[in-house]
Amino acid sequence: MSANTWTIAAARDALRKGEISATDLTMSCLTAIDAGDALGAFVHKTPEIALEQARAADARIKAGDAPAMCGIPLGIKDLFCTKGVPSQAASNILRGFRPEYESTVTTKLFDAGAVMLGKLNMDEFAMGSSNETSCYGNAVNPWKVDGRTLTPGGSSGGSAAAVAADLCLAATGTDTGGSIRQPAAFTGIVGIKPTYGRVSRWGIVAFASSLDQAGPMTKSVRDAAIFLQAMSGHDPKDSTSADLPVPDFEAALTGDIRGKKIGLPREYRMDGMPAEIEKLWSDGAAMLKDAGAEIVDISLPHTKYALPAYYVIAPAEASSNLARYDGVRYGHRATLSAGDGITEMYEKTRAEGFGKEVQRRVMIGTYVLSAGFYDAYYNRARKVRALIKRDFEQVFAAGVDAILTPATPSAAFGLGEMSSADPIEMYLNDVFTVTVNLAGLPGVAVPVGLDKQGLPLGLQLIGRPWEEGALLNHAYVLERAAGFVAKPQKWW
Amino acid sequence: MSIDIDTARRVAKLARIRVEEADLPALAGELSGILTFMEQLNEVNVDGVEPMTSVTPMRLKRRKDVVTDGNIQSAVLKNAPDAREGFFAVPKVVE
Repeated sequence: MSANTWTIAAARDALRKGEISATDLTMSCLTAIDAGDALGAFVHKTPEIALEQARAADARIKAGDAPAMCGIPLGIKDLFCTKGVPSQAASNILRGFRPEYESTVTTKLFDAGAVMLGKLNMDEFAMGSSNETSCYGNAVNPWKVDGRTLTPGGSSGGSAAAVAADLCLAATGTDTGGSIRQPAAFTGIVGIKPTYGRVSRWGIVAFASSLDQAGPMTKSVRDAAIFLQAMSGHDPKDSTSADLPVPDFEAALTGDIRGKKIGLPREYRMDGMPAEIEKLWSDGAAMLKDAGAEIVDISLPHTKYALPAYYVIAPAEASSNLARYDGVRYGHRATLSAGDGITEMYEKTRAEGFGKEVQRRVMIGTYVLSAGFYDAYYNRARKVRALIKRDFEQVFAAGVDAILTPATPSAAFGLGEMSSADPIEMYLNDVFTVTVNLAGLPGVAVPVGLDKQGLPLGLQLIGRPWEEGALLNHAYVLERAAGFVAKPQKWW
Repeated sequence: MSIDIDTARRVAKLARIRVEEADLPALAGELSGILTFMEQLNEVNVDGVEPMTSVTPMRLKRRKDVVTDGNIQSAVLKNAPDAREGFFAVPKVVE
């Protein structure tokens, strides 16, 4: 098996034993990336940086100073600012932007010896669930079962496609309403959104600051534990990052969940839910039960209101965060006509630079924050958010250790299939994931099976705040019981 | 809540996004659809509930009020579409 198909854990062990060099490992990924252009996953390739980092990693490994991520080739979502390398959030408004600084997450990864292969496709400003709002064009799901090309999900669609197609060992993602977990489920990989505040947001282009959180997208739960460990920790540059010790997440993977209480929220049993999703969910519950966990029915009564609350709060925060794209300090500026003043410059720049979905959300956010509507929409949504969070707190206080739900309402859909749909239909993709962002909790998507067409389906586990280790241990048990080993047939 | 064309025009103006007159009716329709979806929130009894302000209850850290950065003018201006003589340049603001 070519080295680009390896897990982080396998590569780490092989590197330490001297069975492969970081340079050869990186080369195998670069070869796969060049052969994978049809997937639209890598939008800025950085082979020179990768090989230089790989050589440095080889020197560190030889010197016996090799942290777990040393020499591991990764893809980085375009939302992360990487010094000197285009960082556009898949938007035309940041065309040509090359940051003068490095995000905290990528700094930590590089300090640990990780290798950056390039930047990955995504929905523009992380707003989307299909990677179809990107200025670079679509990312494509490596899974294909008929003539259609399928979405890898979004917004971290390029990250998901790249990991599932073995273009890299793992990738960074970000998750505001499900943008790590939904694409992970659509492509048969693992993705975890940590507790809000576990990972620094500094240097990550902001979408909705009270919801955004970065996390790893990987080929296994163990890899998610290793990668998350390297990303996490307090950062003085992000005042919302928690000053808490980062536990050893990999050591938490004992495979023992005997006596743990797993909740199945009845409100997640949606009308019209496909029978396959329902079966996957009960199969997953049975697997955890067989491992010695106790399965209990729980209620999260405000679930129904999570999506509408999210689509008030997230656009409100986005309209404020995206005010900075004004054509003055970085990125695109419209060509002005004679007599145009500064207001015309702002208006033309933002009309040209932002795509349709981003414009729509900025305007919705502007409206719900405007005088006369602030209380009716924004404040009401924040109150409902408090109730959604309280639902989870009550369940955890009653002794539930983790919550099991479907990750998505369907398997991956075809690119273009939703293009004529009402925007709200696209928003429904986040129905099982968005509650977790509103409550600031950790959530992980684990591949559990294939549907009858042969497409991957995932389940989501939701954990207690700051207990990613225990959450990943539940995910590890589910992963082992499900034994999901299917890979997409290579067509690209 | 239905958004009329005048409201759509005003929202676009507040958001500083140029929208052509011909595109305003479609925009008004889309915004109305999304706001109708949000109106479900009116079903929830929120009496006595405080709006959520912080995701995880913690006290924000403070640091000494001192200069920790600076003297990076060229880095700050590096990505500007128009920078002249050490400043960001914009069209005339005052007549």
